Amino acid sequence: MEKVTGRIHSFESFSTVDGPGVRYVIFLQGCPLRCKYCHNRDTRDVHLGEVYDTEAIVEKILNYREYMGEDGGVTVSGGEPLLQIDFVIDLFKRLKAEGIHTAIDTSGFVDVDKLKDLLDYTDLVILDLKEMDNDTHKDLIGADNAKILKFAEHISNEGVPMWIRHVLVPTITDKEEHLIKLKEFVSTLKTVEKVEVLGYHTLGSEKWEMIGDKFMLEGIAEASADDVKRAEQILGIE
Amino acid sequence: MNFEEWKKFKPGKWQEEIDVRNFIQLNYTPYEGTDEFLKGPTSSTLKLWDKVLELYKKEKENGGVLDVDVKTISTITAHNAGYIDKRLEKIVGLQTDKPLKRAIMPFGGVRIVEKSCEAYDRQMDPKVSEIFHTIRRTHNDGVFSVYTPDIRAARSSHLITGLPDGYGRGRIIGDYRRVALYGIDALIAEKKKSLEALDRREFTEEIIRSREETYDQILALGELKEMAAKYDLDISKPAANAREAVQWTYFGYLAAIKDQNGAAMSIGRISTFLDVYIERDLQEGLITEEEAQELIDHLVMKLRLVRFLRTPEYNELFSGDPVWVTESIGGMGIDGRTLVTKNSFRMLHTLSNLGPAPEPNLTVLWSNNLPRGFKEYTTKMSIRTSSIQYENDDLMRGFWGDDYGIACCVSAMRIGKQMQFFGARCNLAKTLLYAINGGRDEISGKQVAPKFEGVTTDYLYYDDVLAKFDNMMDYVAMVYVKALNAIHYMHDKYSYEKIEMALHDDEILRTMATGIAGLSVVADSLSAIKYAKVKAIRNDQGLVTSYEIEGDFPKYGNDDDRVDSIAVDVLKRFMNKVRKQRTYRNSKPTMSVLTITSNVVYGKNTGDTPDGRKAGEPFGPGANPMHGRDTNGALAVMNSIAKLPYEHSEDGISYTFSITPSTLGDNETTQVSNLISMLDGYFARTGHHINVNVFNRELLIDAMNHPEKYPQLTIRVSGYAVNFVKLTKEQQMDVINRTIHEKI
Repeated sequence: MEKVTGRIHSFESFSTVDGPGVRYVIFLQGCPLRCKYCHNRDTRDVHLGEVYDTEAIVEKILNYREYMGEDGGVTVSGGEPLLQIDFVIDLFKRLKAEGIHTAIDTSGFVDVDKLKDLLDYTDLVILDLKEMDNDTHKDLIGADNAKILKFAEHISNEGVPMWIRHVLVPTITDKEEHLIKLKEFVSTLKTVEKVEVLGYHTLGSEKWEMIGDKFMLEGIAEASADDVKRAEQILGIE
Repeated sequence: MNFEEWKKFKPGKWQEEIDVRNFIQLNYTPYEGTDEFLKGPTSSTLKLWDKVLELYKKEKENGGVLDVDVKTISTITAHNAGYIDKRLEKIVGLQTDKPLKRAIMPFGGVRIVEKSCEAYDRQMDPKVSEIFHTIRRTHNDGVFSVYTPDIRAARSSHLITGLPDGYGRGRIIGDYRRVALYGIDALIAEKKKSLEALDRREFTEEIIRSREETYDQILALGELKEMAAKYDLDISKPAANAREAVQWTYFGYLAAIKDQNGAAMSIGRISTFLDVYIERDLQEGLITEEEAQELIDHLVMKLRLVRFLRTPEYNELFSGDPVWVTESIGGMGIDGRTLVTKNSFRMLHTLSNLGPAPEPNLTVLWSNNLPRGFKEYTTKMSIRTSSIQYENDDLMRGFWGDDYGIACCVSAMRIGKQMQFFGARCNLAKTLLYAINGGRDEISGKQVAPKFEGVTTDYLYYDDVLAKFDNMMDYVAMVYVKALNAIHYMHDKYSYEKIEMALHDDEILRTMATGIAGLSVVADSLSAIKYAKVKAIRNDQGLVTSYEIEGDFPKYGNDDDRVDSIAVDVLKRFMNKVRKQRTYRNSKPTMSVLTITSNVVYGKNTGDTPDGRKAGEPFGPGANPMHGRDTNGALAVMNSIAKLPYEHSEDGISYTFSITPSTLGDNETTQVSNLISMLDGYFARTGHHINVNVFNRELLIDAMNHPEKYPQLTIRVSGYAVNFVKLTKEQQMDVINRTIHEKI
């Protein structure tokens, strides 16, 4: 079999927040978006990272099977993992052959016609819905949200379970009317199992400086637990 | 043997000869349920515990030691009965006549007792001093009278450290359950039979020694009975009920801690044994669940009052004022039934009823087959208290059966059938530096090991360094075991653990427990030499004192076989060298990869190493990787450690693991199930031991002030992970404040 390779930023052998149970997370290198609050700024450049083939990665992952229990598995994150969709398809195919649960943590900024093969091997899609108001979205992310919303609908129609995440940035993505819109949109999706509000934090700001870039949300406060609670109430999360 | 007190117990071999395991197997009730039956503290427990807390406070205000009896040489019977509050205590007995009053035990070494007294502004009674300086020799005197120049040199250069040559060796667990099951008279009768059997035509030194020891054991059992009588209790006969069973068992342990100031004084594996008595009383309606819990709470309170008089330096080496009253809980039987009982839960429940504490050192013997209810309860208590350590029962059962206990932190031994000669550890990182420097010390420049040609090239070459390291390990293993032979010969001679050994079989397995420090430093150093380029930097005396590394290299702790295999190889090599030595009393050589927290002290005394570690920097604790070098997360570290072979490190492989609650999961239910998955995985991959710290605020602040102690503390916010100790102070404060915020 021909080797399928991808650019990897890093591996995290123990995560409990990127899907159900204990997750082995592969951070893929490269992202098409330019989010101002990006906390993994170092994963953006598509030319960086280390090249691995899927066979080697699966071999590595099999050493972690005993930790995965009944719920755990593998999550690909990034960066935007779907920039390297052929790599992810091959990886998931191999993982499913081993009976391992697969999840993809994505921004959804991808053309839906490419997804057919991938979804056959994907158990869960964790999707970031960053902002419903398109102007705010454009300003914050550097792109329209239409493609992302279309992606969400497609996943829903394909019947693949989904977790929705929303990063709460005070004064930017915390407006009540926009959150209500988000709630309404999510309610049209048929496969959503969980909606999470992630409070914006500045821990990733150093990574911008390390790269020699300037952090773009300087001066914006972190979201407090109360902010998150308020957003959760609006979104109807108990 | 037959006793009225044994009514309703299933008869068996245990009645013909001393066999506590057989009694347990025939009579215990496995419990597969949840924690819902547990009861809170009784009012007398609360009142009593308040008094203990008050005492703790006074002890702290008094500089760490409340009081010292500087006159009375501690023996099993030397002190009168002591109480916290006689009316409230269901379980009685203190080391001296007052709680937290420390006793002097000069048989191990008189100078250390004098120094300890002085450190706390006391003076040892001059008469006692005189006796031990001029009339009665101590273990310490004995050892130093035979130490050879090579041992002294290795010792003073910190090549071999922490040796029990001035303090009690500990790490022996009497089978204290025997006191409850059989009563003292039957135990004495059995030992008298042993004495008779030691009358042979060939009256060799060995037989004479055994005879004297057995004779001493019989005397000690008599003293134990006398000690109990001071509390108006007659323990000649077996315990008749649950309260007596707990009390008799504790008395056995109490005698041991009056007799010995051992480095670790573990209590063994008593929970399931005691459950048999509690279950019998519950069935007969003699006690309620509240009363059963009260007995265990009061026992644990006593275990939390155990104190020894030690010097501040000792406490620095072992971090704090530890006793290691280790109690092993749970595990599976070889017949497939779980050894978890309701009393396993009650023992852990003391962490709720009395609050968390480092003592007793609650050790859960983990098996993938443990009942789910128990797995959930123990991990929940871990998350709430960080007070539990876990060891791999599925691994150890194959070596030691199903009635072993843990001495100190990781040393497994079959209860009543096995003891160890504790050997602290040698510094393998320093050994590597000696190999490079031809036996000279990298800090002092002194020729410590015999002179040979060290590395002469500018760059270090793997084969060259490894060959020299191998030779140097031969030398260290030889000197090390010489020292241990001397120490344990003298300990047996001058400070024999007569009561602990009275609660052992006659024929026992003795292990010679060596240990190594700095394994991760050595593995990374050899990896750097092999995979990067390492240049030796010499001072004007030609001594290599520093290194420059060009390029990157694989680091231990990332599940990378290129370097993990080096760690495995080093461990095996050294173990095989220890195996070649002739050991005292034909003890079986074993090894541990364990440093408690002395990794800091070892690091202080070791110069620059070829892995880029600077002089004085702490080693990774136990089998942990060097801090900051693991970049693939917690499970990758576990996989690296799990590769270290237990069969070449039978005295244990220790891993200290720290995690924040939110990293483990976003609510307690998921935290519990994730921790269970983690432990199941680590032990399935044959990891041996893990200390689980789920960090709370206090720990985070400590981590901020002492980053070296928390090499792997990871904080995780969805999708992003960072090593806590690498954050700026402000960020650390931020995380700490958030933790508090979350808690409120």
